[in-house]
Amino acid sequence: MAAVRIPPTLRAEVGGLRELDARGETVGALIDDLVERYPPLAGQLYADGELASFVNVYLGGEDIRTLDGLDTPVDHGETVILLPAMAGGA
Amino acid sequence: MTRALAPSLLDLIGSTPLVELPRLSPKPAVRLYAKLEGQNPTGSIKDRVAKAMIEAAEASGELEPGRPLLEPTSGNTGISLALVAKLRGYPLTCVMPANVTEERRRLLALYGAQIVDSPPEEGSNGAVRLALELAERDPSFFMPFQYANTANPQAHFDGTGAEIAAVLDRVDVLVAGLGTGGTLMGAGARLRESFPELVVAAAEPLPGDEVMGLRSLADGYVPPILDVSRLDRKLLVSNSESVAGLRLLLEREGIFAGVSSGAVIHATLRLAEELDEGIVVCVLADGGWKYLSAAFWESDDVGAAMERSVWW
Repeated sequence: MAAVRIPPTLRAEVGGLRELDARGETVGALIDDLVERYPPLAGQLYADGELASFVNVYLGGEDIRTLDGLDTPVDHGETVILLPAMAGGA
Repeated sequence: MTRALAPSLLDLIGSTPLVELPRLSPKPAVRLYAKLEGQNPTGSIKDRVAKAMIEAAEASGELEPGRPLLEPTSGNTGISLALVAKLRGYPLTCVMPANVTEERRRLLALYGAQIVDSPPEEGSNGAVRLALELAERDPSFFMPFQYANTANPQAHFDGTGAEIAAVLDRVDVLVAGLGTGGTLMGAGARLRESFPELVVAAAEPLPGDEVMGLRSLADGYVPPILDVSRLDRKLLVSNSESVAGLRLLLEREGIFAGVSSGAVIHATLRLAEELDEGIVVCVLADGGWKYLSAAFWESDDVGAAMERSVWW
């Protein structure tokens, strides 16, 4: 079980919640668990079966793209953060 | 480079100092060094990028004398472009989120740039979107567009990265803030040439809910010059962690730096903890001056106070 933080852009799809609990041994499994419960999320999070390029997923504050991607293992009690990719300040 | 007599302020861009941070190092065998980019002429690392983008456009013939410039910015690139534009004779319009600090707006105005506000709730994505729209509507503008301009990482390859490689015999980790990706891509590539085992680490801001007002995730934006596969680590840093980093930097080392530098210090300390020994170089993009009006220097509850603004 891990807590998943939902960005404002996705809250409408999950009944307005800011954070949800999800089950899974990996980040991918956690997201699948969420998508099963809130099917409209699928179109936002995935593109061609992969994590969409405009979505960033962090585990323990680190982008899963620099970890093992959707296969990154998740320990009980960890926090996953979903964020839209944003232009950085510059 | 000798600085006894410079023909122009533009000749004083780059060659910034690299200073050790012995009081921040978690263990004696891990040495930390900071590249002080706040010491560039307008006070930020973006002087390098602005100069490089304008010189590249002049060299290619794309930018004719007097042609108006347009650029989306959260402040620093705009201020740097304003200096270069003034000295080279181009009018400048900057598109900037309405909720950046007042210092940035005032500085830009004092340099003579026009400011177009983008919607505050759209953050930097909104400035990029609006600038692209304006450029399309009025083709007389030349838009350097730091997010997609290869002169941006090139300036860090030739400058920032090369300067670090010239003074250190070993670098294990490079830490810089993630904005356009220019520093990380350019300096990272240059330092990897000298130190193939280098870990390139990005510190990126966790934006407040109120500046993430995209309609859907599909409105997200990944800068074309950023190739995330060339980052080894990418760490999210909250506003309160950034402020803690800033205060620590000031208290321990006497360095007065901007918000992104606080995030960089937070990430640097996290990565330094993971090493038994080695050398970590961090890039501090600007000084604290442009953030002096912010409440976070003294406030204990920094999180809430920072949610509504664009800080980097």
